[in-house]
Formats: sequence, C-alpha cells, structure tokens
Amino acid sequence: MDALSLARFQFAITTIYHFFFVPLTLGLVILVAIMETLYVLKKDETYKRMTKFWGKLFLINFAMGVVTGIVQEFQFGMNWSEYSRFMGDIFGAPLAIEALLAFFLESTLLGVWIFGWDKINPKLHLLAIWLVAFGSNISALWILIANSFMQQPVGYALNHGRAEMTNFFEVITNPHVLTQFPHTVLSGLTTGAFFVVGISAYHMLRNNEVDFFKRSFRMAVILAVISSILVAIMGHIQGQHMVQVQPMKMAAAEALWETEKGADFSIIALIDSSNRKNLFELSLPNVLSFMANNDFNSEVKGINELQKTYESKYGAGNYIPPIELAFWTFRIMVGIGGLLILISILALYLDYKNQLVISRWLLAILPFAIVLPYIANTAGWLLTEMGRLPWIVFGLFRVDQGASPNVSANMLFLSLLVYIILYTILIGATIYLFKKIAIAGPAATDKGVITLDDVKQTA
Amino acid sequence: MIFNTVWFILIAILYMGFFVLEGFDFGVGILLPFLGKNDNERRTIINTIGPHWDGNEVWLLTAGGATFAAFPNWYATMFSGFYIALLFLLAALILRGVAFEFRSLDENPNWRNFWDKTIFWGSFLPPLLLGVAFANIVTGVPIDQNMQYTGGFLNLLNWYGLLGGLAVLSICILHGAIYLSLKVEDDLKERALKTATRLWAPALVFGALFIVGTYFATDIISHAGIVGIIISVLPAITLLLNGYMMLKKRNGLAFIMTALTLVFVVACLFVILFPRVMISNLNPDWSLTIYNASSTPYTLQTMTIVTLIFLPFVLFYQGWSYFIFRKRLHTNPKELVY
Repeated sequence: MDALSLARFQFAITTIYHFFFVPLTLGLVILVAIMETLYVLKKDETYKRMTKFWGKLFLINFAMGVVTGIVQEFQFGMNWSEYSRFMGDIFGAPLAIEALLAFFLESTLLGVWIFGWDKINPKLHLLAIWLVAFGSNISALWILIANSFMQQPVGYALNHGRAEMTNFFEVITNPHVLTQFPHTVLSGLTTGAFFVVGISAYHMLRNNEVDFFKRSFRMAVILAVISSILVAIMGHIQGQHMVQVQPMKMAAAEALWETEKGADFSIIALIDSSNRKNLFELSLPNVLSFMANNDFNSEVKGINELQKTYESKYGAGNYIPPIELAFWTFRIMVGIGGLLILISILALYLDYKNQLVISRWLLAILPFAIVLPYIANTAGWLLTEMGRLPWIVFGLFRVDQGASPNVSANMLFLSLLVYIILYTILIGATIYLFKKIAIAGPAATDKGVITLDDVKQTA
Repeated sequence: MIFNTVWFILIAILYMGFFVLEGFDFGVGILLPFLGKNDNERRTIINTIGPHWDGNEVWLLTAGGATFAAFPNWYATMFSGFYIALLFLLAALILRGVAFEFRSLDENPNWRNFWDKTIFWGSFLPPLLLGVAFANIVTGVPIDQNMQYTGGFLNLLNWYGLLGGLAVLSICILHGAIYLSLKVEDDLKERALKTATRLWAPALVFGALFIVGTYFATDIISHAGIVGIIISVLPAITLLLNGYMMLKKRNGLAFIMTALTLVFVVACLFVILFPRVMISNLNPDWSLTIYNASSTPYTLQTMTIVTLIFLPFVLFYQGWSYFIFRKRLHTNPKELVY
C-alpha cells in the first residue's frame, strides 16, 4: 500500500477505536451524575452504591477515551501536515479552546471526584461530576465545530493557499454543527443508556441485587427511549441538511445514480459501481424524495449528474465517494436506530407493567443490545467521513493533498504496528475489566481496592 | 504583530506549566518500582499523583493545541518531522494513562506488576524524548525551503539532543522525589528524601553539561546576547539552591527550586528560539518564525480573547484541586482510593 492509503487507513482505525469509548463517556457520565444527584437529594445509600458502581465502569472507559484522544490530536500534525497547514487557522482555534475549556475541566474535576469523596462536602462533590459531564460533552462541541467546517466551510476566505478564518461566530454557529452536535450527544446518551440497561438486565435475570439494578434499569430505559427517538429525529434533520450541503454524500447513501423526481427509497440493493447502476433494488416508492425534501414528487440529484456538475466546477476528477460503503453504513445506522427505539419502548413498557420478570427472554437479550449503538455510531462516522470523499475539506481540499509528504510508507507501517499492538492489548484489558466488574456487580465496588500483601518485586 | 509574540510566550508558559506539573508525575512514576517496596507503598505513591496527573497532562495537550492553532506550520513541520519520536512518546503516554486506572482493579500480582512497569516506562520515556526534541529544535534540524523536515529519527540522537533528554529526565526525577517526600509519611518519606539527595548530583551534572553544550550547539550567545547568558545560568543557580534547601531540610523550598529550574530551562530554550519557532540548519532563511508559521492576526486575536476568559478559571480550579488534596498520605490501605 502507498503512504496515502496507509495514512488514511490509520486515521480511520484510530478514529473508530477512539469513538468506541467517547459515546459511552458522554452518556454514562450523565447517568452517573443523575444517580449522585438522587443520592444527595434523597440521602439514600443505594444511589451512592449505584454512583460508585456505574462510576467505576465509567472511569475505565474514560481512561481509554483520553489516551486514544491524544493520538488524534497528534495525528493531524504527524500524518496530515499539509492538511494542518491548510486548516490550521480554522481548526486550531476550536481545538485550542477544546483543550482550554473542556479537557482541563473534565480531567481536573474528575480527579477531584474520584479522590474527593471524603474530602469535600457532598454538594461540591456532586458539582464535580456535573462539571465533568459538562466538560466531556462540550469537548464534543469543539471538535465537531472543526469537523463541521470540513463538511461545510463557512466564515472563511481562501488566502495564501489556505483557509483563513474571517468570522469566528460563523465558524462556531455553522449550520452543520447545529445538527451534528445534538445528534452526537444523543448518540452518546443512547450508548450509555443501553449499556446500563443491558448490564442491569443481566443481573435482574439472575435475581442479583434486584433493587439496585431495577432502579438502574428504570432510569436508563427511560433515557434510552428518549434519546433513541431524539437521535433519530436529529439524524433525519441532519440528513435533510446534508441533501442541500453535500448532495453527493446523500446520493451515494442511496445509491441513486440518476437524478429523479419522486425518487424511491431502496431498503436493499445490489450495487454495480463500475457500471454505475444497481442490478436489483427493493424499494419504497417516492419515499426518498419525501425524506430528502418533504415532498413525495421532489427532485433528488443523482450521482452521475453531480459528478458532471463537480467536474465543471472543480475540474476533471472522480468526485464519487465509495457507494457501497455509503449505502450500507447508512442502512446499518438507521436500521439499528429503529431497532433501538423499538427495544427501548418495549423494555420500558414491560418494566412499567412489572412484567420484565415474566419476560425473561427480553432480559436475556438486552445485554447483547449493548453493542448495537456501537455499531450504529461507527457506521454513522464512516458514512459522514467517507461520504465526503474525495474531499477532506468539502470543495476546498482533497484527501490526497493533505498527507505529510515526509512520512514514508515504512514509517506508517511502524506506527500502524505500534497502534494495533497497543490498542489490542488495551481493548483486551478493558473488556476483561468490564466483564469482571459488570458481572460481579456492586459487590466489586463496595469493597474498594484490595491491597496485596508481599507482592513479588519484579521491576 | 504583537499577537504573534503573545502566542509565542503563551506556548512557552504552557510548556513551563506542563514540565512543572507533569514533571513531578513523571518523576513519581519513574520512582514507583524503586521506592514502592510492597503493594501498599506502591498504592500510596500512585495516590500522591492520582488526583492530579490527568489535569497535569492537559497542559501538554493544550501546548500542542495552541501550537496547531497559533502556528500551524510549526505544528505541521514539527509533528510530521519528529514522527518516530512522537510515536514513542504517544505509546508511553497511552500506556501510562491507562495504567493508573487499571492497575489496582485486579488482585493478580502479575497484573499489577505489568501496569507498574508501564507506569515506569510511560513516565521515563516522555521527559527523555521531549528533552531530545526541544534540544534539537534549538540546535537546528534539516528543514527545507518548503518547511518540510528532511532528517530522520537517528539524527535527533546527537550528543546535544541526548544531553537535553538526560537533563530534563534527571531534573524531573529529582522534582518527583522531592514532591513525593512532601506528600507521604514515615519510612517512605525518609527514603524519598534520601533518593532526592542522591539524585541531586546527576541532575546538576547533566544540567550543567546541557547548559555548557548550549553555548556550543546553539547560537544563544550571538542571537540572544546577555539575556541568553543570564537565562542559561539561572537553572544552574536554582539547582544549586535546590541542593542547599535539601541540606537545610527545607523541602518545600527545594520543590520550588526544581520547579523554577524547569521553568528556566524552558525559558532558555524559547529565548534562544525567538523569533524563530523551528531552526533550519540547512539555511537560516528556511527557518520557521512566529511570522511565517502563524495563523492570521484575526485568529490570534480571537484565541487571545478566549484564553483571557478561560485561563483564569483553569488556574483557579486546578489550584483548588491541589488545595483539597494537600494533606500527606499515610501508607494505610483504608485511606487510599486507588
């Protein structure tokens, strides 16, 4: 593989891996903060135990999110130096603000929260976790502002061969980020909610710590219903926005080769990219036009017409992103999104009617549903990033212009190897700890850390 | 124009904050296998930096982010140029960061030993690599007319780069030992103090060699004149004072002296650089400066306003968090969180 392909592959896998941990951090911290709020308000020890148990799982996940995030900050400069030169004036400011506002806040206050249980008054301790929740979620805002510029450049001028910021407020109120940020935060809440629902269901099925887990379950399943519905709504709004701003991405997501009025929505299709057509489609008539423009007979631009448009606008070249990838990641994301709504409504209904005990089958399935948001999150990011190809900054800078020219394929093989080895060890350790503590339940966190006697020194 | 200088200084301050704070984290992590004779002591040592290490590390992330934001060409040239060195730095920081959280979550001694080793290496490599990197920045590296670094990794391991790495490393370990002696009790405290006094001489030797090397390997004298000479001597003075304070058992003051040493080392490096940010040893015209590497005046101004608003809060709540955990730790499992 050449250096550019390796750099792209490395960025993709490190970002996807980072985003395994981020949504759970974003969502679970809010649940933990709510649990501690209930503890402080009601002075009920069970809520404190819940805070510590779910909090410990949160901390394991948070650590992974932090360290994988450092890789991301460094990777722009290391592997995408020319992109950094092009985007630095725009990107740099949100990233610097993210560090100054969000990273400092969440890291410092988390240290206070972990170690300060018996050192500061309970209300102040509660404030600490809410500030961590705020810091984490606001950090998402700033990185998404940067990403949104890449999707929809605003508030800039092209000078000296780079994008230069001309209006800071336009950059931070980019219409793209106004849909992308809520969509991402809600996906985090959904991930966190299903995480708690799944682990709680595991214990409820086994009649272990029933009161503890019923409370966790009830709280999380209500959140799951709300967030899964809202994330879908925001996704739809964002999709409609993207039809206007990046019509090629949306055409690709539909494998819509030809412009059409009253376009059908394909549920599945057999796509033949090399011949630019679909061999088979199972579709709902006119639904795509309705989804795109709220009008069953509206025109939706097709891939072939957009390719011609972009060639006349930007010059000769291939402006078509990977179609099969866009098509299937979209369906995976939306399909799972719909499934999550159904599962959460069913789970809430049965819990409310106290029939979960009878519906043991649902309790048995719910732990497996934990992975569904992870798959949807990954699919969504693949869609939005690779659907933008060949652009790295839409309309302004192509991905093949962005890589570091002095980083050879050999250096990339080395860094890929290092990341893959490290990340494999770490995911193994993470899953080991998650399973151990989740299965043990609050018994694991009630007793705290155990000191070993006479540990053999092998340093 | 003024904002270019403002941001040069701010980035210097961010690196100073990083070395003063994370410097003792690194030192403590390096000393962990040596001063922690059993699990109880190791837990105690980790707990001295437990509440602080993550917030301290953010100083580095902010310095990097500020470099990207204010001087994108500096960020691009340095990070793509020092690729291999940064890769190892990343590996160290990744493993160390996870280790603090994971270490005590299992009762298998092999598990704990593994993570203690990663804490050690994850604390040892960063100050060494960063010292090597900064030394190379001030001595000059091959940068062409397109702001691209054209050297490799091995040429960074020249005598001056290695001296820089050893100097920063040894000062950080000393800094960490003194910090530890301020945060623990009894036998552990005594051993930390003894270690600190033994670490003083190597730190002074490497530091002095590094300073002397600077007069030969950089243009500090011709470029920075009397200011350069004064600022280069200050870290030696604070290190000598540090030894004196330890002799007088004034360990709090000794800690301030190592902190100031780190501040002055960073100041010295930035004084040598100014107004450059990366020095090209191929052609001085190809060096990156605070002017040709920077973002627009508009971006610099916007960032300055944002910083003026948020930095005071950061200083306040970070200071507050140190105040909360000001008490010494006993080697008592009941009192230890991690």
